[in-house]
Amino acid sequence: MARMIGAQMFFETLLDQGVDIIFGLPGGYVLKVYDVMPKYTNVIKHVLSRHEQGATHMADGYARASGRPGVVLVTSGPAATNTVTGITTAHMDSSPVVVFTGQVPTPYLGSDAFQEADHIGITRPCTKHNCLVRKTKDLPQAMKEAFYIAVTGRPGPVLVDMPKDVLIGEDEFEIPKEINLRGYKPTTKGHIGQIKKAVEMILSAKRPVIFGGGGLIWSEATPELIEFVHRLKIPVALTLMGLGSYPVNDPYYMSMLGMHGSYKANMAVHESDLIIAIGARFDDRATGGNFPKFAPNAKIVHIDIDPSTIDKNIRVHCPIVGDAKQILKQMLELIPSNLKIDRGEWFGKIEEWGREHPLTYRQNGDKIMTSFLIDTLCKITNGDAVIVTDVGQHQMWVAQFYRFNRPRTHITSGGLGTMGFGFPAAIGAKFARPNDMVICVSGDGSFQMNMQELATAVENHMDLKIIVINNEHHGMVRQWQTLFFNSNYSASHFDVMPDFVKLAEAFGAKGLRAKRPDELEATLREGLFTEGVVLIEVVVDYEEMVYPMIAPGGAMNEMILEPADMT
Amino acid sequence: MRHTISILVDNEPGVLARIAGLFSARGFNIESLCVAETLDQTSSRITLVTSGDDWTIEQIIKRFNNMINVIKVQDLIEVSHVEREMVLVRVEATQETRAEILRMADIFRAKVIDVGPKSYALELTGDKEKVNAFLELLKPMGIKEIARTGVVAMAREVQNHKRGGER
Repeated sequence: MARMIGAQMFFETLLDQGVDIIFGLPGGYVLKVYDVMPKYTNVIKHVLSRHEQGATHMADGYARASGRPGVVLVTSGPAATNTVTGITTAHMDSSPVVVFTGQVPTPYLGSDAFQEADHIGITRPCTKHNCLVRKTKDLPQAMKEAFYIAVTGRPGPVLVDMPKDVLIGEDEFEIPKEINLRGYKPTTKGHIGQIKKAVEMILSAKRPVIFGGGGLIWSEATPELIEFVHRLKIPVALTLMGLGSYPVNDPYYMSMLGMHGSYKANMAVHESDLIIAIGARFDDRATGGNFPKFAPNAKIVHIDIDPSTIDKNIRVHCPIVGDAKQILKQMLELIPSNLKIDRGEWFGKIEEWGREHPLTYRQNGDKIMTSFLIDTLCKITNGDAVIVTDVGQHQMWVAQFYRFNRPRTHITSGGLGTMGFGFPAAIGAKFARPNDMVICVSGDGSFQMNMQELATAVENHMDLKIIVINNEHHGMVRQWQTLFFNSNYSASHFDVMPDFVKLAEAFGAKGLRAKRPDELEATLREGLFTEGVVLIEVVVDYEEMVYPMIAPGGAMNEMILEPADMT
Repeated sequence: MRHTISILVDNEPGVLARIAGLFSARGFNIESLCVAETLDQTSSRITLVTSGDDWTIEQIIKRFNNMINVIKVQDLIEVSHVEREMVLVRVEATQETRAEILRMADIFRAKVIDVGPKSYALELTGDKEKVNAFLELLKPMGIKEIARTGVVAMAREVQNHKRGGER
């Protein structure tokens, strides 16, 4: 044991937890931590963001791309409240982000001191857990518990509030060897009785489908899922968050399901007699939101680590609580590897749906279609890049036309739908995967919400590509106005747009622009294969819409399809 | 449907706010709430009464279970249990009503805990119905003030009949 101040305990505990990078921004009550930091910068890199929301998304992007917790360090008050959007984003998508906030000294708590805010009260509903540290000697344990809670069970964000006197105070440094929280014992192994029941249901099903979600990625269940699917011959549809957990080039893979899922995947879910949902929570974007009309003939097996997702939106017939990888392993033990299963009729039906309304687009005329841009990007990168998106139309086209073959290569704000997430998250993802090509695909609206982080990317000499899709509109807002608000385009058009090329140059990045379909591929290639931070602005047709679309509150078979003259 | 939920939690600041937050986030009301330390000073027992459809209550209980500071949750509606609450009531007492109030207190086994020139303060323990009945009978005399504790509850040792669903 050694005596040290809280600020030093902070770094020693981070080292103990294997943390080698943190994202943050200094300020009043964490200055002692920043004062100690130079002694540790050779082992723990600090990435200085330009806004605390950016730092939180960076940590989130890092967590999603690596599977390790992302760490944020900010000061109190406005800094802490700036992290709230990032924390909520991580919470909705089950991402292990650990946020450390400075706080006014404990005697001043509740006195409306300068830069004081009730961080614990504000973040209580949007964290998996949060806590206020009251004594210096309690800091290591609180931090270790925070990491433990963030990464175990259903992952999620945890906030640790550190008053200034805790950080400057001195005490014996001791990290507990084990964490034992009597109120927190996540179930990982599936109940064997439920597993047997599920296997029986699967073996007797005629038209089963897999409804796979983000839990597959967090539990790293891809190998087990592939084996499971191949043994049982079950078609696979993934939610937005699940993309990448099953390889697109596998014959059993259909596509994304949900609001902008393919016709065939949505029809297959709707017509199925058994849905095997794994690590998915049946939210309204994945199911259409009309829960009573969801898959009327299907029995549902629901595998999820979070018991509170069971029966939340959809009544399930066979819940199995636990870790997806573990449960799939347990199921595989009960399923012979040489099963004779003939699902010719079912797959025939699915192929027919695929032929009737394939996921497609038409690039003609002299304007670039965003779908064509994504398809071109996929071809150039061989579907192998890490794509981090923002929120809106471009996000859906990426989900439809980029062919993700590996887990953790598709990073997006699915649950909260946070515009401004993409670019900082891409910075975090690049730190997590320095050897992968990381591309932020963003819209003009989303990018303008966190474009200040260009400075962060340039400062860190990153090799990061940004594609800003310029349609001079909030495209998805415009699409909803077209479809559901009598084409009343209220406040969805930008009358002023920055010159994104000059903007990139102003930050010391490289800027390129493509306007015509015939120059698109060359411009993309030039940008993607130039080292450094490169922003490629692509001017696209603002009238293109994302199809198919389940109107909000619709059933999965009620899709608005592309108008016939376009296909 | 009325549910009496017994929640064992870490005895720490902010835990009650977490519990209450789950209700307010859904626009649900808590009818009564009792919190006190257990024999083990590191934990507290919360007894909470609320009304809602079974599905919503089930969701709320699952969320309670997800909370790090929640050690154990039981919806007592599923088991045979006893409930008690206490009320302190100050009732106007005149020459004409004094004797009647004391008679009623005697019948209900209430205690007189304060006597003033114009009022009696009474203490009564019982289940919700008994407390309500007592208050109804006192109303005509003029109730000046009441303070109710809300329900505390405990499962019976012998479970001879189970109520509620299959779970």
